[in-house]
Order: sequence, then C-alpha cells, then structure tokens
Amino acid sequence: MNEIFTLLSFGDMGWGDEIALGVVMTVSLALASLPIGLLLGFLLALAKKSEEPSLRAAANIYTTIFRGLPELLTLFLVYYGGQILIQQVLALFGEFYFEVNAFLAGMIALSLVFSSYASEAFLSAFRAINKGQYEGANALGLGYVQTMRLVILPQLVRLSLPALSNLWLILLKETSLVSIIGLADIIRYSNMAARTTKEPFLFFAVACAIYLVLAIISSGGISRLDAWAKRGETPR
Amino acid sequence: MSDVSIGAPGSYVQSQTIQAKAPPPSPTSRPWTPTRIVGTTWLTLWIAGGLGIVWFLLNSNSVALVFGGDGLLPVSLTHNAKFLTKYGEKFVSGFIITLKLVGLSMLLGVLLSIPMTFMRMSKNRILGGIAYGYVYFFRGTPLLAQVFLIYYGAGTFRVPLQSVDLWWFFRDAWNCAVLAFTLNTAAYQVEILRGSIENIAKGQWEAAAALGLPKWVTFWKIILPQALIVSLRPYGNEIILMIKGSAIVAIITIYDLMGETRRAFSRTYDFQAYVWAAIAYLVMVEALRRAWDRIEARLTRHLKR
Repeated sequence: MNEIFTLLSFGDMGWGDEIALGVVMTVSLALASLPIGLLLGFLLALAKKSEEPSLRAAANIYTTIFRGLPELLTLFLVYYGGQILIQQVLALFGEFYFEVNAFLAGMIALSLVFSSYASEAFLSAFRAINKGQYEGANALGLGYVQTMRLVILPQLVRLSLPALSNLWLILLKETSLVSIIGLADIIRYSNMAARTTKEPFLFFAVACAIYLVLAIISSGGISRLDAWAKRGETPR
Repeated sequence: MSDVSIGAPGSYVQSQTIQAKAPPPSPTSRPWTPTRIVGTTWLTLWIAGGLGIVWFLLNSNSVALVFGGDGLLPVSLTHNAKFLTKYGEKFVSGFIITLKLVGLSMLLGVLLSIPMTFMRMSKNRILGGIAYGYVYFFRGTPLLAQVFLIYYGAGTFRVPLQSVDLWWFFRDAWNCAVLAFTLNTAAYQVEILRGSIENIAKGQWEAAAALGLPKWVTFWKIILPQALIVSLRPYGNEIILMIKGSAIVAIITIYDLMGETRRAFSRTYDFQAYVWAAIAYLVMVEALRRAWDRIEARLTRHLKR
C-alpha cells in the first residue's frame, strides 16, 4: 500500500506531479475547444435553419463529414494533413521546416467534431422555440439582433443545455485521443508511468478515476448552470 | 382575353364587370442576398475541395489520359497505382476486421446489457448499485483509457491470471479490444434499454395486470416491443459511435481499417492512406445511417398517421 502512495506522490519518486500536469493539459484543451466549437456550432445551426438552400446544403455537408469521421481520423487528418499542406505551401517560398503544434491540431479537430454535434443541438432547440416568439418580438418593434439577443438566445440556452452538457462530457473524454499525437495529457503521462514503473493497472486506473472526477465536477457545474438557465421558469 | 366577354355586348353586366387582375409577373431570378453569396461560396469551396481530393488521389496514383493510342479509342488511361496495388487488399482486410470487431462487440454487448438492465432496474440496493457503478464507470471514462486499462493493466495481474489459466486471453490484443468494447457498449445499451422501458406508460403495466397477464408475459409481449421501437434510434447511434470508436484499437496493434492506414502511412508517407480511410469510414457511417433510417421507417410504419 505504501508503494502505491510513493508512486503517486508528488516529487522525484512519484508520478503525482506529472499526472497533475496531464490533468491541466486535458482540461485546458477541452476548455479551449469548447468556445470555438460552440460558436461554430451556433453559426452552423443558423446556416441550417436559413431559407437559402445552398447555405443549408453546405452546412449539412460539414455536419455529415465531421460526424461521420472517427475523431481519431479527424485528428490525424488535421495533424498530418495540416503539416503536409503547410510544408507544401512553405516549400513554394523556399526551404522551411515547420511542425504543427499538437495542441493546436487537437484543438482544431475537437472543435470541428464538437461544432458539428453542437449545431444539431442548437438546431433542435431553435425548432422548439415557438414561432409566436419571433412574431411577438416583431410586434414589439425589435430588430433581428435584438430579437436574437433578448428573446431567442435566453430560451435557446435553456433548451440546448442538456444536449450541450452531454457534448461537453463527450469532449472531455475525447481529449484522451490527443495523447496519440504526443500531447502530454493524462493518458500520456499514465502510459509513461506505467512503462517506467511496471504498474500499468494502477496508473490506468488512476487515469480513469481522474476522468470520473472531472465528469463529476462537470455534472455539478452543469446542474448549477441548468438552475441558472431555468431561473425564469415558475417552480412546480 | 383582355376584353371582357361576359354578358351581351354593351349590356349592363359587361359595362360593370371589373377587369380581371393581371397574373403576377413570372418569377425572376432570386436576388443575391448576403446569405446566398455566403452559401454559394461555401458550397463552391466544398465542391472545389472534393475535386481537389479527387485530383490528389488521381495525381498520387499517376493516373493520366494518353491521347492518340492505337486501340479502339484514341484515348487511353494510364496509371501507376503502386500504393493501391500494394495496400488495397490490406485496406479491405482492415475494413473487415473493423466490421468484425463492431459486430462481435455489439452482439456480446446486447447479451450483457439485458441482465445488467434488470440489475439496474431491480429494487435490490446492492444489485442496483453494482449496475449503476458499472454504467457510471464505463460511460464516464474514455474508451481509450478502458482499452489501455484492460490490455496493459492485465499485465499487473499476470501471475494470478496464469494460475487460473486466463493469461492467454489477456495476452491477445484482439480479445482485450473485444472485451473493452463489449463492456463499453453494454454500459451505453443498459441506459438505452432502461430509458426506453421506463418511458412506457405505467398504464400499460396496469392494463395488462387487469387482464390477468403474468408479469413476464406483460414484459415480453407488451412492454419490450414498445420499448424496442423507442430505442431503435439510440441503438443506431450506438452502432455508429462504435464504428467510429473502433478506430482506436489501431493503437494496441490491431490492424483494423485505421491500423492498416497507419501502417501504410508510416511506410510510404503517402497521405492518400488517410484520405482513403476517411472515404471508407464516411461511406460506412453514412450508408449505415441511411439504412437505419429506412429500417426505422419500416418498423414504425404502423405509428405513422
């Protein structure tokens, strides 16, 4: 039992500090991808509900591609494909060596996947908002931006929150894939620790436990967010 | 038909009849609104990207048209598809491995999820708690961590596993992958089944009880058929998630579609490996999604109004 504590302790002997660094990396990657994914997803939802057929078709192609590809493959396409593409472009201007940042590649890939799912969540929330809300806003003389900001968005947040919080939990789990392209997240450090100490079960169990804790913390945050979003509803 | 032809010429009726309203002008071309410009540009970019990928694939296999041949046609197609002839077959075998992995673990997952669902829904605190913990663990942790936990983690218990003669099972990456995927999908399926069973109105149970049906007949003949129809869509989504998730077994040296892709790329540094894999996964997922929509429409046709 003491051995386990030594292995997990902070400092030279244990892997606690490394794993903590991995947690920071995982959380910051997820937090960095979230706003981009949300923004892209919202714009995609607007495109999908527009009356312009070409815009709808283009947005649907985006969703089909990034929902159909495995997340790992998307990550590789962004990481290796981006590297090759940038190197080709740079080669036109002379000899350069360029390495794509793994964090950036992970962030882009995760945002692409997140946004395509989030757009569906936003779209179904848009559909759940009664047409009368738009008409009412129109009758009050509100413009498009004001209608969106004051009338539609508050309801949209409330309606899409359950689906989006589910997507956040999925995003948190998907960050584990970036360990494969060498980013030092929880799984990466657990892997290193497992190889060095020959205690694979311990370290992967710790990794799983950390993900569970992150999920529990997120659930707590989400339920507070949910209560905030529903503050306008009458208590039943 | 411009003149009014109702009534006798010069009569009261004719003089008082109002000229019919002219038809609306024929639809002119739609105006170029900003949304239309954005949409058309975006769509054009997609088409250009698609053509670019086709060009890239043709170019990397040196496909070319040669004019002035002495064959039947004055045009012939030449190619040097070294990559495809070398790795094409491996891609197909990787594709089959992916299908096998997903099919096998879905099947085993269904078998495992049924007793787990009963445990999850039972009134027994201990059984319910075990099932709850199981579902929470496998839904709350990344699939990659689960695969590593089983495949590498088994190494910690090598001696005890050898003593009960189970080491051969955990030594093989394929077995570990199937085990991890089965446990993972079963956890999700428990939630799908539980959700759909609990969704069935209580009145169904009560009506069946009023008819004097025993509980298991009620469950088997009344509740489950309705629950399965509700759970069709989540089951389809789960299969798609499994196909996409199965790509990670490439990391533990299983040569599924993704594994073959990685191997081909690491040997040739030819990016078309990933492009072919992307096409294969997209076609697989999209075909399954559409087929599932058809199946669902067929199975729920009695519910349509």
